[in-house]
Amino acid sequence: MSLKVVIPTPLRKFTSGTELVEVEARTVQEVLDTLDSKYPGFRASVCDESGSLKRFINIYINGEDVRFLENLSTRVNDGAEVAIVPAISGGR
Amino acid sequence: MSFVRGLKCRECGRAYPVELLAGCGDCFGPLEVNYDYDGIANVFTRDVIASRPKSIWKYRELLPLESEPVIGLSTGGTPLMRADRLGRKLGIENLYIKNDAVSSPTLSFKDRVTAVAINKALEFKLEAVGCASTGNLANSVAANAAAAGLPSFILIPDNLEQSKITATSIYGTRLIAVKGNYDAVNRLCSQIVDRYPFGFVNVNLRPFYAEGSKTMAYEIAEQLGWRAPDAMVVPMAGGSLIAKVHKGLKEFERIGLIKDTKRFRLYGAQASGCNPIIDAVKRGSRDIRPVKPNTIAKSLAIGNPADGYYAAGLIATSGGWAEDATDPEIVDGIQLLAETEGVFTETAGGVTVAVAQKLVQQGKIKPYDLTVLAITGNGLKTLDALRLAPPQVIEPKLAAFEDVLGGVYRVA
Repeated sequence: MSLKVVIPTPLRKFTSGTELVEVEARTVQEVLDTLDSKYPGFRASVCDESGSLKRFINIYINGEDVRFLENLSTRVNDGAEVAIVPAISGGR
Repeated sequence: MSFVRGLKCRECGRAYPVELLAGCGDCFGPLEVNYDYDGIANVFTRDVIASRPKSIWKYRELLPLESEPVIGLSTGGTPLMRADRLGRKLGIENLYIKNDAVSSPTLSFKDRVTAVAINKALEFKLEAVGCASTGNLANSVAANAAAAGLPSFILIPDNLEQSKITATSIYGTRLIAVKGNYDAVNRLCSQIVDRYPFGFVNVNLRPFYAEGSKTMAYEIAEQLGWRAPDAMVVPMAGGSLIAKVHKGLKEFERIGLIKDTKRFRLYGAQASGCNPIIDAVKRGSRDIRPVKPNTIAKSLAIGNPADGYYAAGLIATSGGWAEDATDPEIVDGIQLLAETEGVFTETAGGVTVAVAQKLVQQGKIKPYDLTVLAITGNGLKTLDALRLAPPQVIEPKLAAFEDVLGGVYRVA
């Protein structure tokens, strides 16, 4: 499956400033695997030691938070947009 | 003169200079403003504070501006009202209401945070400001941006109350309704500031913006005669206010303005239709499981509260607790506050009152606890949530009026 990943500013230090990266992957986990082999150190910046997403990182597939799906096991379809977005507080 | 030392990541401790930044570049944790507290303690005394006019700026040493504020000069200084009639209904002998329903200029506590953020935007010489909002923040950013002469972009979920939409558009802002809930709006905003040189108050101005909430705690401590309450009930959306109330009181303690905060307990309030922080507290955890909001308390409808982790932790370590309120309980809470104290609050205030009632019933708040309820917004903003009986219509005749009276009162 070919899909586009939106990289937020703080992580573009890995992608030489590129905002949209195309990857081949079937699950969110594979998206991160691919990004990490392309850009060593990428995974460690979004996942903790146990491999789960860090608390302040959200990943959305076509706008849906993967925490509402199957987290890193969530399957991704061809052409899906995967957005990695640091959490921000807000309110009201 | 400013006592700000810089920004510091709350998670990993990495230090940053004062700059436009949404979060830590290493771990994405939230940033806190760090002050020179020893320097502040030397000059910032009870007498100095008491001598200044009532507004959030009387605490300016503990706010992150480098220069004098130019907008929001009359924000803050809202009443701390003794609430004996409500207290009798709830079973609390020593009850107060912090009434930000009458906040200047837009009738919610958000005026405290936007006053700081918009002044900061002026210091950064930003071209435009904006926010993601469920309504109250939208009103306040639009008003203060107008006062500052700054263009503003305000993004809201497409299901907001009409009154909050009108009370935002009136200021000449660019109001944009986004298909989806607050969390979708929030995500879009973080992508916007990633690309454009705008200051979004709750995104890249957030470290400064959030500091404004501390002033609610400062005022309460001063208004109580320089002490912390025993218990405080605070409504939670993103969880920022409750965390900043805690920070504010701890700062006052550290500087020596109040004695100790050992007895102070934080109680969090959410709507049952959006209660991820309450859920975490009740599980004995800080980890937030995001939810999809479904509640009339739209100003609290944040399903993925990024400060939830801290809010849940602070509630637990303070010895407090957390409860939620259903939609009918929220409406009852609004009515109870109005009928006992003459204060008309919005749905978030209804949540606070309803939750306070539950906490007393559960024995979490004791009758003798000096308790403060944070009433954060005005009831005129959420009229849609209320369905009250229409007034009786009569002929303009004394007899018709007396039919309504039903003979209960004697003629004078």
